[in-house]
Amino acid sequence: MTLAEDMGYTTADGRKIGGVVMEMKNITLRFGGVVAIKDISFDIREGEIRAIIGPNGAGKSSMLNVISGFYVPQDGEVLFHGKKRPQMKPFEVAQQGIARTFQNIALFEGMSVLDNVMTGRLTHMNSSIWSQALWKGKAEREEVENREICERIIDFLEIQSIRKTPVARLPYGLKKRVELARALASEPKLLLLDEPMAGMNVEEKEDMSRFILDVNDEFGTTIALIEHDMGVVMDLSDRVVVMDYGKKIGDGTPDEVRNNQAVIDAYLGVSHD
Amino acid sequence: MFYREAGDFKTSYQDDNQTFPIKFDRYRYYAVLFAAFAVIPFLVNDYWVNAIFLPFLIYSIAAIGLNILVGYCGQVSLGTGGFMAVGAYAVYKLMTAFPDVSFAIHVVLAGGVTAIVGVMFGLPSLRIKGFYLAVATLAAQFFLVWLFNRVPWFYNYSASGQINAPVRTVFGVEVTGPTAEPWAVYLFCLVFLTLCAIIARNLTRGSVGRKWMAIRDMDIAAEIIGVNPLTAKLSAFAVSSFFVGISGALFFGVYLGAVEVGEAFGINKSFLVLFMIIIGGLGSIFGSFAGAAFLVLLPVLLKNVLVSGLGWPTDLAAHLEFMIVGGLIVTFLILEPHGLAQLWRVAKEKLRLWPFPH
Repeated sequence: MTLAEDMGYTTADGRKIGGVVMEMKNITLRFGGVVAIKDISFDIREGEIRAIIGPNGAGKSSMLNVISGFYVPQDGEVLFHGKKRPQMKPFEVAQQGIARTFQNIALFEGMSVLDNVMTGRLTHMNSSIWSQALWKGKAEREEVENREICERIIDFLEIQSIRKTPVARLPYGLKKRVELARALASEPKLLLLDEPMAGMNVEEKEDMSRFILDVNDEFGTTIALIEHDMGVVMDLSDRVVVMDYGKKIGDGTPDEVRNNQAVIDAYLGVSHD
Repeated sequence: MFYREAGDFKTSYQDDNQTFPIKFDRYRYYAVLFAAFAVIPFLVNDYWVNAIFLPFLIYSIAAIGLNILVGYCGQVSLGTGGFMAVGAYAVYKLMTAFPDVSFAIHVVLAGGVTAIVGVMFGLPSLRIKGFYLAVATLAAQFFLVWLFNRVPWFYNYSASGQINAPVRTVFGVEVTGPTAEPWAVYLFCLVFLTLCAIIARNLTRGSVGRKWMAIRDMDIAAEIIGVNPLTAKLSAFAVSSFFVGISGALFFGVYLGAVEVGEAFGINKSFLVLFMIIIGGLGSIFGSFAGAAFLVLLPVLLKNVLVSGLGWPTDLAAHLEFMIVGGLIVTFLILEPHGLAQLWRVAKEKLRLWPFPH
């Protein structure tokens, strides 16, 4: 299957979804005797919001860690833009244009919000250490150019008023938003969100959902997200992968997944009589 | 009243990125520079230079260097004394091998040599962290001192095992040896300190500095957003050792003049510089200055008060001095764990509102 043959599909609300960005082929991940992911295949297409759901311990976060290069699967292939991805360090994966947020916030607590967002631009900044030591020429220019990009993101996520605040002083909901800003600052081709709504109240969830939809809409960013709130998942995502005990038990549009007997069994349990 | 950013609008990101964005700060900085370069050299005598200014300037360079490694990049090091010794012995070998080259060039080259050695001893940091890394750098400290003691090539086979700084000049002015003028050695060290501080500030506000701080705050997240831990950590070791090497070279060449490695660059020196940055404030250039000033000036001050002021015997004063300095360090760390730099920040916050309470 080449990209030219595979033109994607159109969503219910009329958005055009493009070709395959990332394809997971028969991924198996073991930790010693524990099989975290068992022979899972799925793809993520350009411009779509792809959700990965499943009960606790299903292997969702492990899957995200495989995509971001943190775990190396024992079997299977990861194809990025149709090419098999060789084994990479996480920072090399980031340089390819894959950004992520974490289930437990992983911001740099000692730095200001602005500096945290600027760290998202590190993969785009390459002035030499000599130029930076003198703060002349490329270093200064690069700093200003990237600052402008970061300020656009800060504007977009409505965190202007806290840009110089140390991250350690922020409340939880804002920290989540700053983390999203940092991931967006790198202008990722694929954005991975690990439980972006965990621990939030209804209003914060609504805000976050709006930001995710806006990001997808305005920047055309492909998004893969893990989330436990079914209402959010069904509303936001175009296609859903369902995992249980490391296996894939469902894959399709929210409606298809909702009516899938295996998924209902996994979430509600099966009666034994 | 006079210290605030209100009305001081920035219209470009360059303005916002400058080291002292508040006007009052900026003028204060120019005033300090002016006093240091144009006033103090005319006033100083031998006592002031050798007892106060030289140790302060040289330890400030070492503290800035160590602060880059520990305060900005989060890699604990107990090898500062050893790295200072590398700078000292490198400059000694260069001075004796190329007597016609300017001493300033030798000092910079000695910093370069120390940077290379620092990178080699920084390699374990790629696998180990925290206390374990501290122990690994402690090994560097002992190994380097042993090396300079045992291999006669380093001290040019001199009978005493010491190294002595011959007379060397910069632009025709003597800066080493017993006959160097106080103002000359003061200015020479001041130029190095100013350049080191500016370079350190520039590096820590740019992308290199953000990489270091990302590694310090959360190394796993740093790697996932695209920081290569290998280059980030090793560049911190290189830059840090470069500064520490320069300070070691000046300590030997300009300040002491004659050095026995175990005495001048032992483990005590490593702890002293580490205390300076902890008391001054980790991750702050100003803190490096403040910490160096605190630990250099306090003993001098106490000695003057106890011996000259109260007329106590010298030996009693010397012992009391240790106890008082130690006690002050403990008290201080309990009251303000983030160091003098934090006190300074709080003071500035207060000044911003003064004379109003809110």
